[in-house]
Amino acid sequence: MSAETESTGAAATDRRRSGPACPRCARRGFLLSNLAGRIERSVGERAGARARDLLALDDERLAAAIAPADWRRRLREAGAAARAAAAGPPGDRRPGEEAERRRAGAPRAAEAGRGGGGWSICAHSPLPAALDVLDASRPHALFGRGDRELLAAIEPKRAVTIVGARRAGPYGREVAFELGRALAGAGIVVVSGLALGIDAAAHEGALAGGGATLAVLGPGAERAYPRSAGGLYRRVLDSGAAISELPGAPPTFRWMFPSRNRLMAALSGLTVVVEAAERSGSLITAEMAGDCGRIVGAVPGPVSSWRSSGTNGLLADGAAVIRDARDALDALLGPGADPAPITGPQLGVEGAATLDAVETGAATPDAVAVAAGLELGSALRALATLERHGYLTCDHGGRWTRTMLQAPAPSAPSAGCGSR
Amino acid sequence: MLARTRTLAIVGVDATGVDVEVDIRRGLPAFTLVGLPDAAVREARERVRAAIVNSGFEFPLQRITASLAPADLRKAGPGFDLAIAAAVLVAGGQLEGAALERWWLAGELGLDGSIRPLSGVLAMAEQAGHLDGDGIAVAAANATEARLVEGLRVASLGGLRDLVALASGEVPRAPAPEPSPLRGGAPLPDLADLKGQPGLRRGLEVAAAGGHAALVVGPPGAGKSLAARRLPSIMPPLSRREAIEATKIASVAGRPCRDGTLASRPFRAPHHTISTAGLVGGGSPPRPGEITLAHHGVLFLDELGEFSRPALEALRQPLEDGAVTIARARGSVRFPARFQLFAAANPCPCGHGEGSPRCGCSPERIRAYAARLSGALADRFDIALGVEQPSAAALDGDPGESSEVVAGRVAAARKAQRVRLGEGRSNATMSDRDIAETAGLDRDARSRLVDGHASARLSGRGWMRVIRIARTCADLAGSRAVTADHVDEALSMRRRGGR
Repeated sequence: MSAETESTGAAATDRRRSGPACPRCARRGFLLSNLAGRIERSVGERAGARARDLLALDDERLAAAIAPADWRRRLREAGAAARAAAAGPPGDRRPGEEAERRRAGAPRAAEAGRGGGGWSICAHSPLPAALDVLDASRPHALFGRGDRELLAAIEPKRAVTIVGARRAGPYGREVAFELGRALAGAGIVVVSGLALGIDAAAHEGALAGGGATLAVLGPGAERAYPRSAGGLYRRVLDSGAAISELPGAPPTFRWMFPSRNRLMAALSGLTVVVEAAERSGSLITAEMAGDCGRIVGAVPGPVSSWRSSGTNGLLADGAAVIRDARDALDALLGPGADPAPITGPQLGVEGAATLDAVETGAATPDAVAVAAGLELGSALRALATLERHGYLTCDHGGRWTRTMLQAPAPSAPSAGCGSR
Repeated sequence: MLARTRTLAIVGVDATGVDVEVDIRRGLPAFTLVGLPDAAVREARERVRAAIVNSGFEFPLQRITASLAPADLRKAGPGFDLAIAAAVLVAGGQLEGAALERWWLAGELGLDGSIRPLSGVLAMAEQAGHLDGDGIAVAAANATEARLVEGLRVASLGGLRDLVALASGEVPRAPAPEPSPLRGGAPLPDLADLKGQPGLRRGLEVAAAGGHAALVVGPPGAGKSLAARRLPSIMPPLSRREAIEATKIASVAGRPCRDGTLASRPFRAPHHTISTAGLVGGGSPPRPGEITLAHHGVLFLDELGEFSRPALEALRQPLEDGAVTIARARGSVRFPARFQLFAAANPCPCGHGEGSPRCGCSPERIRAYAARLSGALADRFDIALGVEQPSAAALDGDPGESSEVVAGRVAAARKAQRVRLGEGRSNATMSDRDIAETAGLDRDARSRLVDGHASARLSGRGWMRVIRIARTCADLAGSRAVTADHVDEALSMRRRGGR
């Protein structure tokens, strides 16, 4: 815990030192905001492929292609907004500039400065090297909130992207949660998109695992999207970061999501699709990951379930089979590699007996107490402790089951925590 | 000639005063009844006529108008007979009105002039005690119930003729008929019948001690209903005020108290096909539902997953407020409904549970069932407990602790809560503020909760729920402070999921 606090502190000083993205690079973000509606009309149904091609163009060509009539004016506006954003507190600005900035899609001055507020980085700050795989469509600048250092230090070998269906089933949510929790516990940064369903479960898991998680958002990092994820968004900011290619909180358009997906695909060395239907945004992310040479993995699901048709398809096409965090680490780092133990804490005698009882099928406190040879009170306390350490879960009906977390091999008797 | 008498009408589970006026004047013989009477009240004309004649009085062959005031209150039932008959007799000059007017008259008439008992007499007597008057005159069979109200004069009438005595200033005391031998408290079933099952026993004890709503999930034969029926036996006895309330409600619902003993803790177990109105109350005029009949007692919902969604949703507000308000175009009625909720469910549609080899449910069905259960009111339960069928050894073994022993611990825990929170409060009703001020968590308990928050997916609401249960565990242990062990026990039995 204390190590994290320190790193956040370090990030805060770093942020001040390195300053925001330079106006030249930040202009791209403001330009995209400015042109957002036009881009939406231009890419039509094929948002995935078209948006990537468009984003590969430089500012002038992009503006001219999208808004042939008034591209110079829009470019000027975006440039002014970027300069204004870089200029600092609104008090220094000339009159009328704020209105101009707003028109160009910049965040309200008050919003940008709120609570430690947003930050931005660009190629000169510099951007994470991981994004280089995007070649021409590499973002010029990124706008974010939360722990800036997390983004600056991200390495593909230490990050896993978890994506999947918004309409996820309990199976997918459980797997995503456990993957997020175990990977975060192993010191891996969990990257996802804050969407409902799988994305949210992955973020929740990473937070529960006490690790850092990065939310990559389409329409700006200054607010939660979807709005219902507000609570999760704040918790992600507390121990991680949210980033976006677009500044402020621009209106939302469909093309923003596939273009955000390419960032998620590039930032990590492995993209895991947990549950996805046949035609879905998660498959676009997987395709993009494959295109940039990243590893693609998928969690197998029932062949009869529409929710798993996309992931099973990926597996048929040769994606890595991801059954648990161990598989994910093997895919990311090579078989057998072990960045950090992903076993839980050492267990005491009662804890081990209780875990054993649940593993052999005891689901209720009475059954556990009998199988473990414990008094009811001790069994109840041991169950609570094992749940807290992540070994067990309990459903709404009070029945206990085992999670994927492995217990460490019994070592010399030490300060066991299973019995406390 | 005009005469006025007074009676009482039941509105919800309380009574309200009703004035009966009778006017007799010359004209074609007729008997009209005004003031929103329902069919049973309108039929009073026939009963009154026959009863008067058969009691040796004379029925005036003139134009009779009887009015029940307030006129906008819908009158239901046969309870107005006695007051109407008395007013007719006074208006016709056959009885002296001065003394009669000061009595509250409540009774149904038989054609032979006898007076039959009513339901809801305790509520009427209570109201009569609040209002001014000489006392209440009721059927002999109701007199015991009316006498439960302290300081109220009760006239016990055997027949219409007894009005003569009442009118002349005496208080008739017709003997009550023998109470039916069927009534009279059968002893509550004892917890000793529940063999083995320490987890279920513990859950029951914690639920009773803290007033926590509990959900028990397990296969058929795991003793869920058996345990639920024994819950009243380990709860502390009702206070006199509570017992009067429970008796009053039972009486309004048609189970009058004949022998003068007050109700014990009600136990209501409605079938899962019950309608929303049947559960929370409804109809026109509004009648109390199961939750009101369970007031101060236990409401047991067996097969929670099978109850209709609307019925369960309708339970939310009463669970929060301890009362339900039924609104009708003619005004609203408030029914008390402070009950201990106890529910049972099977782990899956077939009942054996997903993990069991005997379970034949498809995953889809299991998932749908789980969704029903977790949706159904689940966020109102504090405790969720999985149970199994007891082992053969346990069934063959000694009986468990008796209700008396457990009730002793529960009573001590309740007393601690009373001292801390005030009269009639339990840990289940602790507000966030109560928790901050009086929960008494020690250092370890706090850090245990923080750990639980970080890793056991404890939501804000779940956090408060754990503190409430932990407080009850501490009260049962007679501990002033809530320790880490109490928090652990609470963490293990708290209900998961939900918001």
